[in-house]
Amino acid sequence: MIALSGVCKRYPGGYEALKNISFAINTGEMVFITGHSGAGKSTLLKLIAAIERPTSGSIVINGQNLGALRPGAIPFLRRNFGLIFQDHKLLFDRTLFDNVMLPLNIRGFDRREAQKRVRAALDKVGLLSREKAYPVTLSGGEQQRLCIARAIVHRPAILLADEPTGNLDAAYASDLGDLFTSFNQVGVTVIIATHDENLGDRLKPRAIVLNHGELAAS
Amino acid sequence: MKIWISQHFRTLIAVIARLARTPVASLFNIGVIGIALALPAGFYVGLFNLQGFSRELAADPQISLYLALDAGPADIAQIEKRLGQLPGVRKFRHISREQALSDIKNSTGMADVIASLGQNPLPDAFVIDAADNGTQALEKLRDEFSRWPKIAYAQLDTAWAQRLEAALRLGRLAVLILTTLLAFALVAVTFNTIRLQILTQRDEIEVSRLIGATDTFIRRPFLYFGALLGLAGALAAWAIIWASIYLLNSGLTDLLQLYGANFQLRHLNVDDSLSLLAFSAGLGWFGAWMSVNRYLSASTPR
Repeated sequence: MIALSGVCKRYPGGYEALKNISFAINTGEMVFITGHSGAGKSTLLKLIAAIERPTSGSIVINGQNLGALRPGAIPFLRRNFGLIFQDHKLLFDRTLFDNVMLPLNIRGFDRREAQKRVRAALDKVGLLSREKAYPVTLSGGEQQRLCIARAIVHRPAILLADEPTGNLDAAYASDLGDLFTSFNQVGVTVIIATHDENLGDRLKPRAIVLNHGELAAS
Repeated sequence: MKIWISQHFRTLIAVIARLARTPVASLFNIGVIGIALALPAGFYVGLFNLQGFSRELAADPQISLYLALDAGPADIAQIEKRLGQLPGVRKFRHISREQALSDIKNSTGMADVIASLGQNPLPDAFVIDAADNGTQALEKLRDEFSRWPKIAYAQLDTAWAQRLEAALRLGRLAVLILTTLLAFALVAVTFNTIRLQILTQRDEIEVSRLIGATDTFIRRPFLYFGALLGLAGALAAWAIIWASIYLLNSGLTDLLQLYGANFQLRHLNVDDSLSLLAFSAGLGWFGAWMSVNRYLSASTPR
């Protein structure tokens, strides 16, 4: 359960990215956050993942108020999430396998168990045969899928994706849509920020619409 | 617990691998730290040797009484008697002028010079061990002796040892100052090295933080790196000192043989060596810690 109430985010310099946002997302839901470019979609995701702090208002995730969280507790909160970044944030000096291994290393997984999970995640996104390759050798769509493998390898309860179909062609985009649906079907809360209308038409999720930082529909 | 140990072990391996991947840069870093440490540590070894030397010689302070050249056997007997009655004197020894002359002839290469002299230039002497070896008591005794008749000169043998001791104290102070300054240099070197490391691994740190890495986890490899750098630097310093002493000793043997003496510089002992390693590793760790913390706190979102 994710609940926002009266959330505002103002950046230094006075730009107000989000104004008085309140909504709730239930566990196991699939939600799209849509709106024009610059409407505040990415900011909203960053606030939920505690990458940025709201200027005012409260965000409560599974009963934990993010504003009251000690800085030392934030890493443990983030372990509930699988984050899929618009710019992928892959590490180009390590293999696909090691990229996906990173979240498990951070959690201190047993090595053998971790290897099994990494292979399962790579298999899920169709990259298992290239586990020893380096990310540079991947196409844009493959890099996106690698990013997804890294986000799901630790089996997070909440998946946050920022423009996952950003620069992919339609066929790739629909594959991704199926992937997200399959995660949602096993009980993962999926939150996707996107302006891709095709994806929305296919999956028919609940949509939270932002317009110039204000909530237009939820 | 097992996982925790294996995590640390893996970090250590990864850090060693990272050091080995840039051998030239690592060697230069280790060299800089090694030389920086070798200076104060080498100075310390020098002092340590001098100190041992001064202890050996000044183990029992003695007072030497040199009699006037015209003192006859009666005067000598008189002085012997007075010394025997004085409570501050523990024991004394008479060195006759003939004995002193033959000692000098035997112990130094001055036989020719002595032989060329027409007469014995040396006085009769007494060497006295005092009951109380405190500086004040010794000085009081010396003053008393110098007032006695037929005594040309009373010398306290500890005077030069005290001067040496004072010089050594000064030397130790200099070592302390040098150590402080170079410890700062060592911290600065690791600080900067780690800062560069952080810059090359910025992406990794950023992603790790985003997906739930604690600061402890991010700090760990850098702390290992700093400590390892310090440790390797200390080993280099140790090797530099060892090699220097080894070379100096062979030179010293040649030199002292000409004077018929034998003296060898001592190497750093086990305790001091271990302190050097621990001190340097600790400083490296500290430099790394400061560097990482500065980066982490600067990049924490607000």
